[in-house]
Amino acid sequence: MYAIDVQQPKTLNDATAALKASGGRPLAGGQSLVAAMKLRLSQPGTLVDLAAIPDLRGIRKDGHRLIIGAMTRHADIAASDVVKSAVPALVTVAAGIGDRQVRNMGTIGGSIANNDPAADWPAAVLGCGATIRTSSRTVAADDFFTGMFETALAPDEIITAVEFPSQKRAGYEKFPNPASRFALVGVFVAQGDNGEVRVAVTGAASSVFRATAIETALQKSFTADAAKATRVDASGLNNDLHGSAEYRAHLVSIMAARAVAAAAAT
Amino acid sequence: MGANDSALKSVMGQPVLRKEDARFLTGTGQFTDDVTMARQTYAFFLRSPHAHATIRAIDVAKAKAAPGVVGVFTGADLTGVNGLPCGWLITGSDGKPMNEPPHPVLAQGKVRYVGDAVALVVAESIDAAKDAAETISVDYDVLPSVVNPVDALKPGAPQIHEQAAGNKCYTWALGDKAAVDAAFASAAHVTKLDIVNNRLVPNAIEPRAAVASWNRADDAYTLYVTSQNPHVERLLMTAFVLGLPEHKVRVIAPDVGGGFGSKIYLYPEETAMVWAAKRVNRPIKWVAERSESFLSDAHGRDHVTHAELALDASGKFLALRVQTTANMGAYLSTFASCIPTILYATLLAGQYTTPAIFCEVTAVFTNTAPVDAYRGAGRPEATYVVERIVHQAAAEMGIAQDEIRRRNFIREFPYQTPVALSYDIGDYDQTLDAAMAMADVAGFAARKAEAKRRGKLRGLGYASYIEACGLAPSNIAGSLGARAGLFEAGEVRVHPTGSVTVFTGSHSHGQGHETTFAQVVAARLGVPVENVDVVHGDTGRVPFGMGTYGSRSLSVGGTAIVKALDKIIAKGKKIAAHLLEAAESDIEFNDGKFSVAGTDRSKTFGEIALTAYVPHNYPLDKLEPGLNETAFYDPTNFTYPAGTHICEVEIDPDTGIVQVVAFTASDDFGNVINPMIVEGQVHGGLAQGIGQALLEHCVYDAGSGQLLTGSMMDYALPRADDLPSFNVDTKVTPCTHNPLGAKGCGEAGAIGSPAALMNAVHDALAPLGVAHVDMPASPHRVWSAILKARANA
Repeated sequence: MYAIDVQQPKTLNDATAALKASGGRPLAGGQSLVAAMKLRLSQPGTLVDLAAIPDLRGIRKDGHRLIIGAMTRHADIAASDVVKSAVPALVTVAAGIGDRQVRNMGTIGGSIANNDPAADWPAAVLGCGATIRTSSRTVAADDFFTGMFETALAPDEIITAVEFPSQKRAGYEKFPNPASRFALVGVFVAQGDNGEVRVAVTGAASSVFRATAIETALQKSFTADAAKATRVDASGLNNDLHGSAEYRAHLVSIMAARAVAAAAAT
Repeated sequence: MGANDSALKSVMGQPVLRKEDARFLTGTGQFTDDVTMARQTYAFFLRSPHAHATIRAIDVAKAKAAPGVVGVFTGADLTGVNGLPCGWLITGSDGKPMNEPPHPVLAQGKVRYVGDAVALVVAESIDAAKDAAETISVDYDVLPSVVNPVDALKPGAPQIHEQAAGNKCYTWALGDKAAVDAAFASAAHVTKLDIVNNRLVPNAIEPRAAVASWNRADDAYTLYVTSQNPHVERLLMTAFVLGLPEHKVRVIAPDVGGGFGSKIYLYPEETAMVWAAKRVNRPIKWVAERSESFLSDAHGRDHVTHAELALDASGKFLALRVQTTANMGAYLSTFASCIPTILYATLLAGQYTTPAIFCEVTAVFTNTAPVDAYRGAGRPEATYVVERIVHQAAAEMGIAQDEIRRRNFIREFPYQTPVALSYDIGDYDQTLDAAMAMADVAGFAARKAEAKRRGKLRGLGYASYIEACGLAPSNIAGSLGARAGLFEAGEVRVHPTGSVTVFTGSHSHGQGHETTFAQVVAARLGVPVENVDVVHGDTGRVPFGMGTYGSRSLSVGGTAIVKALDKIIAKGKKIAAHLLEAAESDIEFNDGKFSVAGTDRSKTFGEIALTAYVPHNYPLDKLEPGLNETAFYDPTNFTYPAGTHICEVEIDPDTGIVQVVAFTASDDFGNVINPMIVEGQVHGGLAQGIGQALLEHCVYDAGSGQLLTGSMMDYALPRADDLPSFNVDTKVTPCTHNPLGAKGCGEAGAIGSPAALMNAVHDALAPLGVAHVDMPASPHRVWSAILKARANA
């Protein structure tokens, strides 16, 4: 690891000021960033640790919206009765991330800010049509994830919370990469209170995306068979030693079908 | 003494808890990285980012001036240092010795694989060493590379070594080609198979590490290193590479966290460090990072094979013809050359009476990390060929899998195979019967039908494997090209109060020797297990040793200890005869007592030990004081562990996921000293074999020669939830030629299981018309095979 400076501001304002002044990077749970730094693949110079800002942590209901603080750890979400009663599929997502150590350190805000193409939270956030609150604005999930490891965030902008609208039903199914156990394909299927079906896919492409063909099919018939029978276009999907684009396209349909079954079971 | 002596019975065969576990479970083991020396420095190796390149120039000026740097060395600095040797000379079928290109300690003008060591930076901290290494400028002229052994043999392939035209190391053959050709000409049925034995990365939990130091006072070196065989490491390093007097180098392999073969070899890193320790006059520590382990540990397997089996109409095997291309990597690692030959082709008879076998092996250099022994070393590859082709032949001919094996089992021993080995003993029906009963083969049809109702495909696969362990004897191995002996040494030091320290040349890096060997000694001497300590892994304390590999520790290392114990008991009888005023020939030793036959007069073992060291009443004119004996044991034959593994899989055709739902192993390891340790060894071996068949695959990019599976992100090791609860048991036919009757158990799990699993996969997929899937049977591969079969249907 290269030598770094670490700052630990107590307020959000101090944190954004520190980022602006140092040109450094915010540190959430560190489960991706610190690993990259240890391999000398990342050289942030200054880390602005967000762990001492109490407002960024916590889970609450606000009417029909579930609000999860950006620095809330996966393990806390997985264990939350509030989340379980609001959108139980989010418990499935949180409980299936990485391993116990990752879940005890990693945070929802860190995960979506990193936007790893195979991370789980981007699928859930996009699938639910969530809203991302930041230090300066709110951004709809559809506008947030802009590309591989790319988001709409400015360099000194910090995610403060994610707002999930309540869902009529939702489910998440992940086909793990046999080596990394990241999603080779992960599909989050949700039907909102207004009846709208959203299907978000992670792992299959350079960034999370909505599988519109399956959304159309499920809008007509919210059944596993409808999802399974929908062919997904393989063009643009990842093609690597773990799976061809065609295999991933096939798995999107299969995992969507299983996510529908999971959603129906909740 | 035979295996059934009463003295052997007490603690033999008991699941004694492992003496070493207390320190491992409480974090008090002493591994190489736990060694910290005064004024210690840290090493970082700058490695080649290219698979194949000429080095035009290296500029280390900035690095030498960087903060905290103690020394920077490149190949040009290592004057008087030879290349790393290969320990086995294979003579090709053309009568010529194999091509042995130099294996420089640090690159000399050229790099030949990604990870090839180019420079050694020694600094006050590892970060200072890394920072300095980033300032080294290497001017590479990148050359085309080749990573696949079959491609490397093609005309026009990039030439990797001047000394190996066409990238060939050797072409070697074993068996009677004319007899095989004749048998094929008259065969009723011929089964053909093309298979790849996938390349593996060893991944011991403890990465390779070393601490090298030099003492100016006596011009002597000490090397702590993660080695399976410290004496061999010292011999090769001093005599062949550095030209140092052997007695001036002490090699200590302390607690070592797994090896699986990868820590047998003499590597460039510790060799350069020993050399550099004197130059910088400071101790130097290096601990590989996991990424370095992926790049630079010797890999395993990597065979491409075409096999043909000739059968008569009743399914009797008439002949086997095998052609294998074996990847050696960029350089010959310490035992690379004997793995696809001596330890592979000789095993192609398996458990069967196949009268004629011919095998031709071509060993090839490629732009990949060196390939050498990995758990099983040649024998998993042989078992995979034999058991896959037997499965396919049975399927083609409509013969049940157990039946085709029974029709061909060897039942008379000793049995001379057509591929050089002579099996001393075995009972293959017994392990097949036991495995079938444990696996509930009778209930399989119902389980398959039930799975089908859920849309899943079930399959059952058999592997009746044999292995040759305890490589031996030295003179025959020498005539086959071995450049080292294959004996083992043991010293038994009885202390004045009757407790015992055993010094063994075997090395334990997970095998539990401290317990198993203590049980052997305790049983022989009639002393409690806790009164026996075992010392290993230190050339300064152990007389000599060839180390641990090839499941040899108990059958060879244990026997050396037994031979030393025989000398202890013989001397004890002399002392007892004097004390008891009886003839030596009348003294019996049983259950820790020397007694005069037919009387109640006796002396305890402790009394004899004390007398040996306090020789007041002692035949000093005829007998030396003390009770300390050393023995070297050179085995007369290999041992032949064998057994049957049965794997049951369930495949999800929607995703291609193969789930191992049950795995049964019935193994014959000869006499078992500690069944708990044996079971643990089998479990670990099965996990690795299942890992090979289902998950593990080392892949280099064909264009760039880059290692694509360079971390756990892309290289899939088996996890607990990939494995079923194993169903294992042992049967016993004692080895006939060592006093323990032991055969070895360390590799069997990894030898039988890949073939059993892949046979189960093929059994499950057969109804869909899937002809062939190579290892690893990843979800993508299985799904693709199903898709292809459906398209062809």
